Amino acid sequence: MAIRLLVNLARFAVTYVAATVLVFLFMRAIPGDPAQIALGVNATPELLAQTRAEFGTDRPLIVQYFDWALGLPMGDFGTSYVTRQDISPLVLDRVQVSLILVVLAMIVALLIAVPFGTLAAVKHRSPGGILVSGASQLGVAVPNFLAGILLVVVFAVGLGWFPANGWTAPAEDFGDFLSRVALPVLALASVQGAILTRYVRSAVMEVMSEDYLRTARAKGLGKMEALLKHGLRNASIPVLTVTSVQLAALIIGAVVIERVFVIPGLGSMLLDAVGNRDLLTVQSVVMVLVAITLIINLVVDVLYTVLDPRIRKAS
Amino acid sequence: MARLSDTAPVHGGPDEPLLRVESLTVSTQDRPLVSDFNLTMSRGERIGLIGESGSGKSMTTTALMGLLPEGVTATGSIKLAGHDLDLVGAPDQQLRRIRGNDMTMVFQEPLTALNPLMKVGPQVAEIMLKHRTASSRAAASAKAVELLAGVKLPDPAEAAKAYPHQLSGGQRQRVMLAMALANDPALLLCDEPTTALDVTVQRQVLDLILESVQQRGTGLLFITHDLSVVANICDRVLVMNNGQVVEEGTTVDVFSRPQHPYTRGLLAASDLDATDADGRLFTVASAGGYTPPAPDHLVDEVPAAAVHTPGTGAKTTETEAPAPTTPATGPAEPAGAVVVGPETTAPATTTLDAGAPVISVKDLVRTYQRQRTSLFGKRTEVPALRGISFDVAAGQRFGVVGESGSGKSTLLRILAGLDQPTSGSVRVAGNEVAGAKEHELAELRRQLQIVFQDPMGSLNPRMRVQDIIAEPLLAPGQKVDSARQRKLVAEMLAAVGLPADSADRFPHQFSGGQRQRISIARALICQPRVLVADEPVSALDVSVRAQVLNLLSDLVDEYQLTLVFVSHDLGVVRYICDNVVVMNRGQIVESGSTEQIYEAPRHDYTRTLVNSSMSLRAELAAREAALSG
Repeated sequence: MAIRLLVNLARFAVTYVAATVLVFLFMRAIPGDPAQIALGVNATPELLAQTRAEFGTDRPLIVQYFDWALGLPMGDFGTSYVTRQDISPLVLDRVQVSLILVVLAMIVALLIAVPFGTLAAVKHRSPGGILVSGASQLGVAVPNFLAGILLVVVFAVGLGWFPANGWTAPAEDFGDFLSRVALPVLALASVQGAILTRYVRSAVMEVMSEDYLRTARAKGLGKMEALLKHGLRNASIPVLTVTSVQLAALIIGAVVIERVFVIPGLGSMLLDAVGNRDLLTVQSVVMVLVAITLIINLVVDVLYTVLDPRIRKAS
Repeated sequence: MARLSDTAPVHGGPDEPLLRVESLTVSTQDRPLVSDFNLTMSRGERIGLIGESGSGKSMTTTALMGLLPEGVTATGSIKLAGHDLDLVGAPDQQLRRIRGNDMTMVFQEPLTALNPLMKVGPQVAEIMLKHRTASSRAAASAKAVELLAGVKLPDPAEAAKAYPHQLSGGQRQRVMLAMALANDPALLLCDEPTTALDVTVQRQVLDLILESVQQRGTGLLFITHDLSVVANICDRVLVMNNGQVVEEGTTVDVFSRPQHPYTRGLLAASDLDATDADGRLFTVASAGGYTPPAPDHLVDEVPAAAVHTPGTGAKTTETEAPAPTTPATGPAEPAGAVVVGPETTAPATTTLDAGAPVISVKDLVRTYQRQRTSLFGKRTEVPALRGISFDVAAGQRFGVVGESGSGKSTLLRILAGLDQPTSGSVRVAGNEVAGAKEHELAELRRQLQIVFQDPMGSLNPRMRVQDIIAEPLLAPGQKVDSARQRKLVAEMLAAVGLPADSADRFPHQFSGGQRQRISIARALICQPRVLVADEPVSALDVSVRAQVLNLLSDLVDEYQLTLVFVSHDLGVVRYICDNVVVMNRGQIVESGSTEQIYEAPRHDYTRTLVNSSMSLRAELAAREAALSG
């Protein structure tokens, strides 16, 4: 097990380094001189040279790469070419917001998907199960920004139960945080929940036809009892795989929802930076997203070994 | 069938039957699966339920357990001693108290019957905790270890901590048995419990089941398609066909004086020791001329079969070997000496055939590399073949016998050019496999064709039979126009005994035996010299098995084929092959003529294998002997 973890860490490190190289090169491949962009078309050559020196873009690429890449793990993302501000505190602030949003959305999605998916599998022939399947089909078809707008129309504009947009940090005012986070989380979670419900349903259906469930029934366990004691953990393995993929997708998907609800997350920061041609900020935000995705994969891989003894190496 | 009065006391004395099933009918919405099944079992009685796939035997036991799948219903009555309740239609809540406590079950597939994410000990303990037969979790765990020791698992305390995947198939089936016996049930149902196991393991597990139920006085209902297993373990048998019991009686009576034509056919088809006037196996159709093993004959036959006369085996078979179908072509070719494995201590085996070797295997080694388990350690090497050598002469029927893990599948893959040896040489019909590139193997593929084990999985479900059979003709280098293809396919269909209109149908429209015929037709259409059959009948029902074996045997003669027949079933190999190699752990432990290997095995492993394999006659004779004192 320790070996597996080491291998995974090594894989994580290699992928991370490769990603920094790729992201860096792609950003440099975009035409346009940051100094020129910052100063406008009428800048004098002297001023341009001075600004380039200030940005450090006059140095060889390799030096620029190492300067940036080695700073990343320390939380030093450099200084924005556009705002001339230190990027790091901004990014770290935004990461918190996005992570809170995404993690809450995933928890709510699982809270929807696991019971409803199981129900849909156990009662797949009865009206209840068919209803759940149908509803999840519908949920999959709805894009989450549409769900967000609908939620705003009904619960913010119509009923006035929640504010339509904005953000309050949980440490600041927890009550206000909850009321502001509720709709965006629901918008993300309803679509995710629908997708995951379908996966949970098929995983549970598969497990229900397994021989060991029949063995459990032959021992005298009831149908639900057998499923809960022997089935769910087995079903959780494929669901975990999908969850990890969906979690990474959700971080990106949150970009749009952050726009809809005017939330100062990583997504809106990324969009703003792209709009402003703030290359270094884009580069840093993309790297943070990559790192989060890699960490999710690492954690999921460790979870596999915890869940499934067949993956653990006999040592 | 004698029926006891309905006023029999609930907690009756020893006269009360353990299980009384009356007019049990199991059906789906459209059709009955089991009709009017009746059974009375006394305490401690061992009853066999015999039938082929689709006979309704598994449905019957599932109905007894009350675990019928959705959409399948049962009517009739099932009464278990000690319970007032009719198990048919009883609420699940009440059945749950009986399942696992008074009545338990061991299933066929030991690899999937245990929860893969739960340690074995807790799985055994669970059944005691569920029925509160253990006072505490600790007591249940301790009892579980005891039970695992009872089913003779080595180091039961460690075994209890193992996950199912860390145990072998036989060990897992022992765990299942420990679980089933945990609450001392009055009735144990076994559904083909040893079918998925190796020959030697099957014998051990059967002995264990027998010993366990005898000790505890447990009633046993044993479901199987294998008549010799029933003869080994059961006092009484019921024969099922198409959802109905066609015959029942004591094992000896039913097997030696079958009354129903189906029973007779089944017996004839499974008796590999008996052949008709033409030397062919009996089939259900030709069962009329079959003489069942009569009790008096049996006793005489046993010593004859058991006593072996060393030295004579090889000589006698020399005369039995078929005449060489292909005469040696070149004078330079050495006579096709058979099988001299490096570790064979026996004197050089007698030359059986003058033909040149079609297959020549020398010092064949195949080693697989397992994924490394530590970052800096070496990769572990798993030897699948550890240096084997043998020759197969043209026209020979060559058997390869071994259990799972013996390396026989690896050998077959290399022979067919589907895998490359690590070292050594393999020549098949003049083509060297070792080091050959894919395009160089085209000729080999034409000369050697395979019939695979699983008739369900080895035919593409989306292709018509015409295209399946004609496919080998599409190989590069062969130009056969479509009219000729159709003609060849029609010929092959006729040769394997399938109707001509089969060509336009899809595989799912055929039974297992018919599909295997399609596989054989596909293998033979490009007129190969060598036919490799990989367990071709082990997935088939007994009544079909004899037909397919007869067909194979006929075709090998007709097309002058060299047959390589891979099997774990010694009886089948004995019938069809002239020469055999016995493989164990990647080595050939013994080789020689079939009769010599079976009558006078020299190697310990061969002896164990021969002794473990069951034949109907031997088992029945043993039962007779035991009955008569």
